Amino acid sequence: MADGVSDATRDDLLRVENLTMRFGGLVAVDKLSFTARRGDITAIIGPNGAGKTTFFNCITGFYKPTEGRIALAHGSEAAFEALPAATFRGKQWTKANGACAVFLLERMPGFEIARLARVARTFQNIRLFAGMTLLENLLVAQHTVLNAASGYTIGGLLGLASFKRAEAAAIDKAAYWLREIGLVDRADDPAGDLPYGAQRRLEIARAMCTDPVLLCLDEPAAGLNPRESHELNALLLKIREEHALSILLIEHDMGVVMQISDRIAVLDYGKKIAEGTPDEIRADPRVIAAYLGVPDDEVEDVGAEVGL
Amino acid sequence: MDYFAQQLINGLTLGSIYGLIAIGYTMVYGIVGMINFAHGEVFMIGAFIALIAVLSLFALGVTAVPLALLLALVIAMALTGLWGWAIERLAYRPLRNSFRLAPLITAIGMSIALQTFVALTQGARSKPLPPVIRGGFTLSEGNGFAVSLSYMQILIIVTTVVVMAAFSYLINSTSLGRAQRACEQDRKMAALCGVNVDRTISLTFVIGAALAAVAGLMFLAYYGVIDFFVGFVAGIKAFTAAVLGGIGSLPGAMLGGLLIGLIEVFWAGYFTAQYKDVAAFSILAIVLIFMPSGLLGRPEVEKV
Repeated sequence: MADGVSDATRDDLLRVENLTMRFGGLVAVDKLSFTARRGDITAIIGPNGAGKTTFFNCITGFYKPTEGRIALAHGSEAAFEALPAATFRGKQWTKANGACAVFLLERMPGFEIARLARVARTFQNIRLFAGMTLLENLLVAQHTVLNAASGYTIGGLLGLASFKRAEAAAIDKAAYWLREIGLVDRADDPAGDLPYGAQRRLEIARAMCTDPVLLCLDEPAAGLNPRESHELNALLLKIREEHALSILLIEHDMGVVMQISDRIAVLDYGKKIAEGTPDEIRADPRVIAAYLGVPDDEVEDVGAEVGL
Repeated sequence: MDYFAQQLINGLTLGSIYGLIAIGYTMVYGIVGMINFAHGEVFMIGAFIALIAVLSLFALGVTAVPLALLLALVIAMALTGLWGWAIERLAYRPLRNSFRLAPLITAIGMSIALQTFVALTQGARSKPLPPVIRGGFTLSEGNGFAVSLSYMQILIIVTTVVVMAAFSYLINSTSLGRAQRACEQDRKMAALCGVNVDRTISLTFVIGAALAAVAGLMFLAYYGVIDFFVGFVAGIKAFTAAVLGGIGSLPGAMLGGLLIGLIEVFWAGYFTAQYKDVAAFSILAIVLIFMPSGLLGRPEVEKV
């Protein structure tokens, strides 16, 4: 995986430009520019408080960034050609030629980011609908499709055939994901009753049920034991292979990051300090310095010490 | 025994009406965490719309009583639903992220505003509706006491059962119901699943108001007289029912409604009618001492 996509076939999915998020005097994300490629697993790493989760919150509409643009292209990166015009006309999203479309995520309300731009995410502290069953959790994620099929509920209430078909298809899809994460036999239990590792997998399955183009995972390996985090790696790679998906990954577990990412971006104090393949990042003295908490002027010394 | 049976029938009838109103309180509390104190007035408006609809239909020559009542029901549900939507949109949504007491104060204000609005536009005197459905069965006669079950009571109980069945189906098995339950647990996460949270909350108010309109029409047809103030006492009783059943729990609201109706009627029947409200509220106090989250409410789980 580590060799990534060669530049000839690179195809940008997400372009973040000049993103700044201030909370009063605190600059959590500082003029961050960042690109993720279609089909890649892009990891975002950095010390605690580097602004990684804030960055995710901006992408998924939890926060409205103070400044900057977050553009997502469906189809191919050719869609970005429509971006300047869309930006100036104040649009939230626009269709480009063919099946392409470009979305300005910082302008869209959260539920439309999920529904139209098809960005899904999971959380560091798991946020399942704990009182609903596993199956219902996966069906809520398919709300957009089901709601339209039920004629905005009226048809569903009357039991129309089209709604029943859509409901059956949704249940099939949920069953498929329950099999993938190995929880079919617990489909009717409340999600809150699952053990921790299974809740993590269910959260990923729920995100997948929204049919995302981009999946943002916030520390999916946190709190997992080595066997579980190994299973997680396999699940993520499989999802990426089988579902034409791109993944953004925040993770502290370097085993996971180095094994499965194609590219890595490193944040520190809200700024991007490095970007590259896992091998490049592993060898970057700035990254090592950031993790060890060394001041800028001593970075060279650290590089020398670790033998670079 | 005969006397008991009669009180049981009367209590179930009254309880059905309370239960339908209580659902509106409990649903709104579940999804936005506020007590909609204007909900009693929504019930009152539903009753007024039903009255106007029934009288207009009679005046227009729709003399078949079942048809007129059915049409009035549909009209009242639709228009009261619109009121529910407008109240949420104007008075509650702008304050949703404000401090906790703001929506409560607004709700009380809205309640007064609606009462005054109806008192001014419809007049403060009580409005009668001639009995539309007469007659009934006499279940047993003897010992000098006849147990009767009127057609009106049957209609109220059957309508309640049908409406509740449809409503349970809506909440448990449609995508809107699932979205409502998801919003109840975690609004932000629901948005990330593509649920339009604002619209879901609006629809919750619309559904609550429509159920209150059903209760309004039945109240009107049962008692035959309404005024601009009927929403206050009925609203407080239904709120008590929702708390008794466990606020946030839908089966709890229905159960609470039935219990409050039964307590009130039995107390009035066996002890004294003046103290029936005291009885209902005392039972609430006693239940809450031993079961703070109500009969069917889930205790709040705090994560540590």
